[in-house]
Amino acid sequence: MALVSRGFRGRRAPADPTRVPPGQYVTNDFPVLSAGPTPHTSLDQWDFSIAGEVDEPRRWTWEEFRALPSEDVTVDIHCVTKWSKLDTVWQGVSVDTLLDGIETSAKHVVQYCDGGYTTNVPLEDVTGGKAWVAFGYAGEPLEPEHGGPARMLVPHLYFWKSGKWIRGLRLQAGDEPGFWETNGYHNYGDPWREQRYWGD
Amino acid sequence: MDSLMLDGNAVAGLLQEVFAVEMTAAIGTCAGCGASEPVGAVHVYRGAGIVLRCPHCDNLLAKVVKDGTRVWLSFPGLQTLAVAA
Amino acid sequence: MAGTALLGRLTWQIAEVVDVVAETPRVKTIAFDVPGWPGHRAGQHVDIRLTAEDGYQAERSYSIASAPDGERLELTVERLDDGEVSPYLTDELRAGDQIELRGPVGGYFVWEPSQGGPVLLAGGGSGVVPLMAMVRLRAAISGDVEMRLLLSSRGWDDVIYRDELERLNGDSLTVVHALTRSQPPGWTGFARRVDAEMLAEVGPSPAERPHVYVCGPTPFVEVVAEAFVQLGHDPRQVKTERFGPTGG
Repeated sequence: MALVSRGFRGRRAPADPTRVPPGQYVTNDFPVLSAGPTPHTSLDQWDFSIAGEVDEPRRWTWEEFRALPSEDVTVDIHCVTKWSKLDTVWQGVSVDTLLDGIETSAKHVVQYCDGGYTTNVPLEDVTGGKAWVAFGYAGEPLEPEHGGPARMLVPHLYFWKSGKWIRGLRLQAGDEPGFWETNGYHNYGDPWREQRYWGD
Repeated sequence: MDSLMLDGNAVAGLLQEVFAVEMTAAIGTCAGCGASEPVGAVHVYRGAGIVLRCPHCDNLLAKVVKDGTRVWLSFPGLQTLAVAA
Repeated sequence: MAGTALLGRLTWQIAEVVDVVAETPRVKTIAFDVPGWPGHRAGQHVDIRLTAEDGYQAERSYSIASAPDGERLELTVERLDDGEVSPYLTDELRAGDQIELRGPVGGYFVWEPSQGGPVLLAGGGSGVVPLMAMVRLRAAISGDVEMRLLLSSRGWDDVIYRDELERLNGDSLTVVHALTRSQPPGWTGFARRVDAEMLAEVGPSPAERPHVYVCGPTPFVEVVAEAFVQLGHDPRQVKTERFGPTGG
């Protein structure tokens, strides 16, 4: 093992092992990670789309999106860079609401975001109450550095699977590994099975 | 301009781990806009992994992901990298 | 390009703390003895790695503050209150402690005496650290290269290396301070953030083709590097190093 630094502990909060996946540390901060410069799409330009293998593509402007039923959710989030944040409170529209009534044979979803980021998830991992398009965090509008105006929230997977600055979902028959999945990160990303990298 | 953005100097150690030579003085040419800059001058973002972007056009130059034993690198937007021989 | 490529995979080395000295209320210089240290160039940095007893690790990069000096090297660390690593380095470390570091690292943001001058250094806060290695190297070799340092700090008590810079000022090293938040009584120097006008005053002119080094927080570097280019300096002569909130 590497040399232990006398007295070094790091800044970690105490962790309840039943809530914290293997290899994770609890933080009270909210670290900001990004693959590029923060986009600044104005709300009158913003839209959210459902496209791909659907009977009818859908699109909402910001006003239309905010008029949809939304909910407050409290979830734990887990970043592959090893920090976990417990009891985070979000306000968002369930993906079930966005897909309500849609007919599709698709099994896979690609999230696409301002700035060009993409990530892939199975359709069954964003339906059945497992995913939201979140526009509020801790009671406030979601800040740009954390993905505002809206980001995906898919808390049962590592947080790189929750795309910031989300602009739409494309439903597909075939899987399409995204920005990080094509470069070493695990295609599925279950924190409880510690699926961080290829081959895990 | 993002205050969290860094530059290629921040990944000097990581790149030297992989390439076994000093890399910040290597000259990269962007496949997007054609600009050439030392790696030390490119923009670096930290997401789940490391992202290098062209300081002129923000084009994605390279991605770097490291686990305990491997480093995955891709260079989708780098036309060439010139390293002193 | 001066200098040859550094060859070989980097390895973690053990560094032993020799001394910890306060520079300002929030900044300390830690002197290390590193057996087998190969020497370093002015502007280079090291990566340090801390390991807790349960195996948790944190890595950070710190610029080398000292000119090459055998197996001794100095790092100057600003304590960030919500930092994870800097409070450990500034509050906890004492002589005899050992940490792991690797380096020296870097080859772009370096100044070699053989490059000559004039040299213009612009530092924001702790961005002065790698620039100070350049200042000290020049002093150590009694170089007569013309060097100017513009150092931006919050207030007079926040100026890192203040006394040493006072001593070196005047002997073909020109030190100019900008105090951005508070100034001592009677202060006649710059009392605002660095801008193009200030840089033009501090000079040298683009016609003299100075080697320009800019270091500090990203917003500082962006403003200053852009201003140098607007003033007509060749962008290829302007080298930048951005410090960021890696977590402290």
